[in-house]
Amino acid sequence: MSDARLSVFKTYKLYVGGKFPRSESGRVYEVTDAKNNWLANAPLSSRKDARDAVVAARKAFGGWSGATAYNRGQVLYRVAEMLEGRREQFVREVTEAEGLSKSKAAAVVDAAIDRWVWYAGWTDKIAQVVGGANPVAGPFFNLSSPEPTGVVAVLAPQDSSFLGLVSVLAPVIATGNTAVVIASEKAPLPALSLAEVLATSDVPGGVVNILSGRPCEIAPSLAAHQDVNAIDLAGADEELAKELEIAAADNLKRVLRPQDVDFTQAPGTERLTAFLETKTVWHTTGALGAAGSSY
Amino acid sequence: MASASAFEYAPAPESRSVVDIAPSYGLFIDGEFTDATGGKVFKTVSPSTEEVLSEVAEASEEDVDRAVKAARKAFERWSALPGAERAKYLFRIARIIQERSRELAVLETLDNGKPIKETRDADLPLIAAHFFYYAGWADKLDHAGFGAEPRPLGVAGQVIPWNFPLLMLAWKIAPALATGNTVVLKPAETTPLSALFFADICRQAGLPKGVVNIVTGDGRAGAALVAHPDVNKVAFTGSTAVGKAIARTVAGTRKKLTLELGGKGANIVFDDAPIDQAVEGIVNGIFFNQGQVCCAGSRLIVQESIQDELLDALKRRLSTLRLGDPLDKNTDIGAINSAEQLARITALADAGEAEGAERWSPACELPDAGYWFAPTLFTNVTQAHTIAREEIFGPVLSVLSFRTPDEAVAKANNTQYGLSAGIWSEKGSRILAVASKLRAGVVWSNTFNKFDPTSPFGGYKESGFGREGGRHGLEAYLDV
Repeated sequence: MSDARLSVFKTYKLYVGGKFPRSESGRVYEVTDAKNNWLANAPLSSRKDARDAVVAARKAFGGWSGATAYNRGQVLYRVAEMLEGRREQFVREVTEAEGLSKSKAAAVVDAAIDRWVWYAGWTDKIAQVVGGANPVAGPFFNLSSPEPTGVVAVLAPQDSSFLGLVSVLAPVIATGNTAVVIASEKAPLPALSLAEVLATSDVPGGVVNILSGRPCEIAPSLAAHQDVNAIDLAGADEELAKELEIAAADNLKRVLRPQDVDFTQAPGTERLTAFLETKTVWHTTGALGAAGSSY
Repeated sequence: MASASAFEYAPAPESRSVVDIAPSYGLFIDGEFTDATGGKVFKTVSPSTEEVLSEVAEASEEDVDRAVKAARKAFERWSALPGAERAKYLFRIARIIQERSRELAVLETLDNGKPIKETRDADLPLIAAHFFYYAGWADKLDHAGFGAEPRPLGVAGQVIPWNFPLLMLAWKIAPALATGNTVVLKPAETTPLSALFFADICRQAGLPKGVVNIVTGDGRAGAALVAHPDVNKVAFTGSTAVGKAIARTVAGTRKKLTLELGGKGANIVFDDAPIDQAVEGIVNGIFFNQGQVCCAGSRLIVQESIQDELLDALKRRLSTLRLGDPLDKNTDIGAINSAEQLARITALADAGEAEGAERWSPACELPDAGYWFAPTLFTNVTQAHTIAREEIFGPVLSVLSFRTPDEAVAKANNTQYGLSAGIWSEKGSRILAVASKLRAGVVWSNTFNKFDPTSPFGGYKESGFGREGGRHGLEAYLDV
């Protein structure tokens, strides 16, 4: 034991409103690797942490949804840039979290970075793909355009701690929603580290809030929260998903049910459109119109 | 409102002879009219006279099951049909609706209580247009933006309200059939007749048996349909309370769900608005269909500087509205749909008075028989008042005022609902700025209550989810 350097452990914290608090409850839980070796103590979030996160997400919604789609795309791309720089860190964390070989973990991290890039490009295109002009039978100019639904609670996938997380989070914020994410219960560390990337990527504080802990403890309060507009049940088992969907009916939240997804495959637009509202604006045009104009 | 003036008209009743209402109707299952198991029936009355129009079968859970089985059986062949063939059936239906539109308009007015000029000039043309619009989609689904070869879901269970009985049927059935689904539809208890006439239209169009099934009954039949394990898609238009119950019922299943629920639409009038047009829009927004419209502009939010001028003009206009026989072509305001609904409107209006708002109605004689409510205006309303928060679903307008555009937006959005809103201003930049801040699925600028099959319709927040109409309306019936 001569000169071996003792490594510095990291205290993992929550990410709420752009800050890194400990759980209000003061609780932590043990996170282990695939072989049951201790990795770290993660914050065990309380219902109060979840409510604080909703408040932060609501506060951030106006600015984020009001930002130009171009600007949001830039910010999402910046996340990919910052992740690329920390690639090795995430490969190590995913290796430990999911018990993958280093090369498989590297493939997962690369896919996750590429996914941010993919969604960065969607921000200023989705309105053209799913919105448009409606040729109504009358003297009206009538446009449908998508708008973010608001605060989205996201139960991140349990087994895909990083690629799965990115695959459900990026589409939510790409369209201008803000998110409260419950990380994978048994493998929360890549999510908590992602928070450090988000905090340094121009993502405004509160746009993404990340909690670690027990979904069965904190998700019900998010599902029943009157100021949450939608919930993605990706990481819920069948029983919890049903309970949460029932709670979500209280204020008619938009619900995305859990489904079998291979996150390595190219995602469609479903996760983008699941949390969009269509607003249709009518305006009178009177009798004059280009088509009927004589010049 | 029979004030003697230059606006007096002689009665101009539409003839009832174009409609032949049978003394009783069965359920329409697998292409046949059939009695309900157990033989239960209920009566449907004309809200303007309380005359019994017909007796209708009351579907039991067993009947709902029979209808779903028929729809399931028909699904196999209907969904396998080339889109172009399905399109032709829908075009046939659209044409027959046009041919029979006078008959259907009179029928709808008798059973619902709404004025003939609205069924004739608004409902029926829109109903035909919906079938035409979705007919054209049936063979173009590959190009609709939901991927190549999108698949139908299966059996659609659809529950519709009494305010636009045949129009809501068209909104539900046209996209369902175009996309290759089969249908079990439950019309509202108080307005079942036009759906049963539609069954006859399906027969005339030669629609294969079981593709459309109509089960009449009350909320229990609707609940049984929504809960049926072999239903793949649930579509509901109606109250927010029932919508929440349905959302709980389908939780944990694979059923796809769309809900079109209540609203408390804000109609915002800025000081530069064209006052006369705004007054027409306000009247149309809240007194069309006796205010029994989910997207009604039930909260008038007017800029303080023009409030007095606007209210004077509005009251003058209201005094010229004619209330009475819905079959009279000059009638503007018809009957409330049911005694139950009238009681609810009355209770909420009384609550408005009790909470200190100022009530006004034009001089107005109400007929002795039937269910009637005079057009009513409340001023001195605050956001805390029950009448400013709860959906009344009747001809009752609450007036609030504002000073700045931000205040108008804040007040407009201060509701659990998010279905519709109106903006009245001559300034384009203001309209676009305010429209972008309103949390509502439909925003009408310098107009109100306009509908079109090409235009998606649906709400934010507790006004439900999903969109009906337009390309967006296809998604609800496709596996995407």
